[in-house]
Amino acid sequence: MPSKDRIAEPWGSRTPYGPGQGWPTRVDSHLAEGVTPDQVDRWVQSATILHSNGDGLDIAVKDGQIVGVRGREVDRVNHGRLGPKDLYGWQANHSPDRLTRPLVRRGGELVETDWDTAMDLVVRRSKELLDEQGPSALGFYTSGQLFLEEYYTLAAIGHGALGTNHMDGNTRLCTATAAAALKESFGCDGQPGSYTDIDHADVIALYGHNMAETQTVLWTRVLDRLAGPNPPELLCVDPRPTPVAREAAVHLAPLPGTNVALMNGILHEIIRRDMVDHDYVDAHTVGYEELAKRVADYTPEHVADICDVPAERIREAAELLGNAERLMSTVLQGFYQSHQATAASVQVNNIHLVRGMLGKPGAGILQMNGQPTAQNTRECGADGDLTGFRNWSNDKHIEDLAAVWNLDPMRIPHYAPPTHAMQIMRYAEKGSIQFLWISATNPAVSLPELERIRSLLAQQGLFLVVQDIFMSETAELADVVLPAATWGEKTGTFTNADRTVHLSDKAVDPPGEARSDLDIFLDYARRMDFRDKDGEPFPQWHDPESAFEAWKRASAGQLCDYTGLTHEKLRGSGGVQWPCNDENPDGTERLYADGRFWAEPDQCESYGRDLVTGAPLEPTEYKAMNPEGRAIIKAAEYLPPHEKPDGEYPFALITGRTLYHFHTRTKTGRSPQLQKAAPDVWVEISPDDAREAGVSEGDHVEVASPRGVIRARARINEIRSGVLFVPFHYGYWDTVTDEEAGRRDRAANETTVTDWDPVSKQPLFKTSAARLRLVGSGGGVPAPAPTTTASRPVGAGTTETTGGPGAASEERLGGGTR
Amino acid sequence: MKIGVALRELYDSESALAGELLRLADRHAKEQEIHHVAQDLVRWSREHVREIVAAGPRYGLDLGNPDLENPEPPTEEAGEIPGEDSGPELLLLADLRRLYRMAAGVSLDWDLLGQGAQVVADPDLLALTKRCHPQSLRQMKWADAMLKTVSPQILAS
Repeated sequence: MPSKDRIAEPWGSRTPYGPGQGWPTRVDSHLAEGVTPDQVDRWVQSATILHSNGDGLDIAVKDGQIVGVRGREVDRVNHGRLGPKDLYGWQANHSPDRLTRPLVRRGGELVETDWDTAMDLVVRRSKELLDEQGPSALGFYTSGQLFLEEYYTLAAIGHGALGTNHMDGNTRLCTATAAAALKESFGCDGQPGSYTDIDHADVIALYGHNMAETQTVLWTRVLDRLAGPNPPELLCVDPRPTPVAREAAVHLAPLPGTNVALMNGILHEIIRRDMVDHDYVDAHTVGYEELAKRVADYTPEHVADICDVPAERIREAAELLGNAERLMSTVLQGFYQSHQATAASVQVNNIHLVRGMLGKPGAGILQMNGQPTAQNTRECGADGDLTGFRNWSNDKHIEDLAAVWNLDPMRIPHYAPPTHAMQIMRYAEKGSIQFLWISATNPAVSLPELERIRSLLAQQGLFLVVQDIFMSETAELADVVLPAATWGEKTGTFTNADRTVHLSDKAVDPPGEARSDLDIFLDYARRMDFRDKDGEPFPQWHDPESAFEAWKRASAGQLCDYTGLTHEKLRGSGGVQWPCNDENPDGTERLYADGRFWAEPDQCESYGRDLVTGAPLEPTEYKAMNPEGRAIIKAAEYLPPHEKPDGEYPFALITGRTLYHFHTRTKTGRSPQLQKAAPDVWVEISPDDAREAGVSEGDHVEVASPRGVIRARARINEIRSGVLFVPFHYGYWDTVTDEEAGRRDRAANETTVTDWDPVSKQPLFKTSAARLRLVGSGGGVPAPAPTTTASRPVGAGTTETTGGPGAASEERLGGGTR
Repeated sequence: MKIGVALRELYDSESALAGELLRLADRHAKEQEIHHVAQDLVRWSREHVREIVAAGPRYGLDLGNPDLENPEPPTEEAGEIPGEDSGPELLLLADLRRLYRMAAGVSLDWDLLGQGAQVVADPDLLALTKRCHPQSLRQMKWADAMLKTVSPQILAS
């Protein structure tokens, strides 16, 4: 089998294919040094956890330890392929600094204790606050990385048993806008498209989506189409010189914060040239006239002034989209974390609706997710949604959920939208939330304006429970730390961005006394002695499989219908797309193929919101607007960003991820090959801006915003002028922080603004103003940024990013298709 | 004809609403959504005032150039502002309630002007009310929505 350094070649070998053909298989694997496949005791089925793509893989186990991974050839998502984070990231599981015992704060210090002591503290404080203030004193902030069974259990405990409205996931930072945009256009969350649309598309448009780095295997699929006969043409909207931009027929690099203007300009051209499928619009949508009126003023010239993009490029983009016969679109953080996030993302849906590009092979929309199990956080209701895509402002939906749970409907808060993460933090800051339970996420590095977040989490009056696998920057602030099991150490299911459900089986035991998140939540419920209406213990389930069966009942008859699935059916399978039920026993490849939507007033998950003010529509307003449940074309005006560059802070600062890391590097920073590929923070700056600032490649610079300052090394790349980019992965767990000076100057979020989209409530990480200052020479040593990605430097002389012998991975080109 | 009176009434109420939105943004700067969205919504009121000023001369009205960056505080509403000692949380509720009522007043004024525009058969004036009135309603609905969202926690704690 050929060996590849998959750090140096993140997307591996090409297996070209043409439109309508099957994607050839290629089985990627990496085993610990010295281990050969015949020495592996067993292979345990799972899927990838360090991004949102949901690639099927098998975990290699030897002597009770994970020793490697291998892509699943039968899987519909990856056809055997794996990305660098999957090939090397598993090593973090047996990192020596895993949390193995519960910790409680005594005399200011976190000290080890047993589970009874830790859980008793959590239960006692919960009960005290329920007595004093009621459920509004308790909040939960979870993740996009637990399993479906765990989210469903958490949602049932929080929204059902306790009755607090304050529950959200860090999905708020990554996919809240995906969900919001889908609800606005189609009445309900749920990705219309499928990854297989790549096999058929003639145009693929990527909006603020650096697929090459966020979903390497999906990008491999695109690269294989590009290498084959009759390749698709790409449109890329991104201010950075991403690998996607390099392959694009048209690349638009708008000023950060101007996406709505850009989209309105493209729609203006599509409508002006009448590249509209009027039959589809007339039969299946409402709102077209309003859109046509709204975009009438957004001529390419006008938009060019706002976005600083040539008018001609906008026309070319419209030409490309307007002539596509099979148009696929994907959207991610460049839209979701930017000003007017939902309004901009909805315009992508509008392009598909006015062009009638929905439901047929190659014509799909993927409002992408950023995390492996984000879809489950949303569908299970462990975020600002209600379980099973139920509508919080539809009393019938609440009664239905209460019946599933066998609880009194009055216990389920539905007087206002579920509280979103940033508002939960605000309530904690003000002291009305006094108990916050954080699971599998690290807000002390990942939320905006970190000085504020650290200080509010550290408040005396806040009882902070942190459930994690490592001593994160957030765990250090906790009153109780609960050691959790992770992927490979527990069984459960999760669902990717194209609705593919995978099973992840337990391969090895968790370290020490660590327990699965499901066990921890259920233990809490039993100790709290929650009961349903019949006096039976609530939740009524006790392990992953019974939790899944309970979830199926909650999902029955909803768009995300899981009733046709079991753990056993998923075991051995190549992934199944929901809805999977009696009607669709093998799952459903594309939603809305028949032009019917989940948008009828009695059925929809949301009545929608005002795209500018964020105010929810009243049920009567929605019924008047959309009585037949059609797709909704929603127009939006462009508003200037709230924080624009000025004389003092002349740059637009955007943050984002790099190919080799995930989130705050809790796992990828503990995987040697990945850590070496991107070992420390950097800031990207254009050649013109660097010249003006007197900065050379690798120099030490300071990036300051009105909130804070970070120090980093400069990477000069082809990012558009006027924009700085800082990766958000780097916190403090593996640096020395000078406690006396309180110097925390590495995390990008020291500088970011506290502001969010009023519709999706997603924080805006891509519209801060900043200034840059040279601090000192780097002595000619290049910045610690990869050369294989968007951060590729201009000019020669930089050592190429490689993984060395330790990164040797196998590739078996099957040539077969499936 | 009293169209001029209705226009002046709107000029006053829209200017006051712009001032109130700015004041809300300023007073509740740490309530980030209120702070930011209120400033977004000022833009609509400013634009409305500009349009009213432009329409004025046809009805014998010279409304001058209002200073909308630094509007006067709404004097007649000032008496309703609760004392600072009532706490920032109750102050927030009171401010949102007042904003709602002011936006509702503006909305009504646009209704009135729309009726007037029809009876005098002034298509430009009617078009103006059709542009502006929906935005006043959206401002009002926003105040209502924010009140509904933030009040449960304030009332429970």
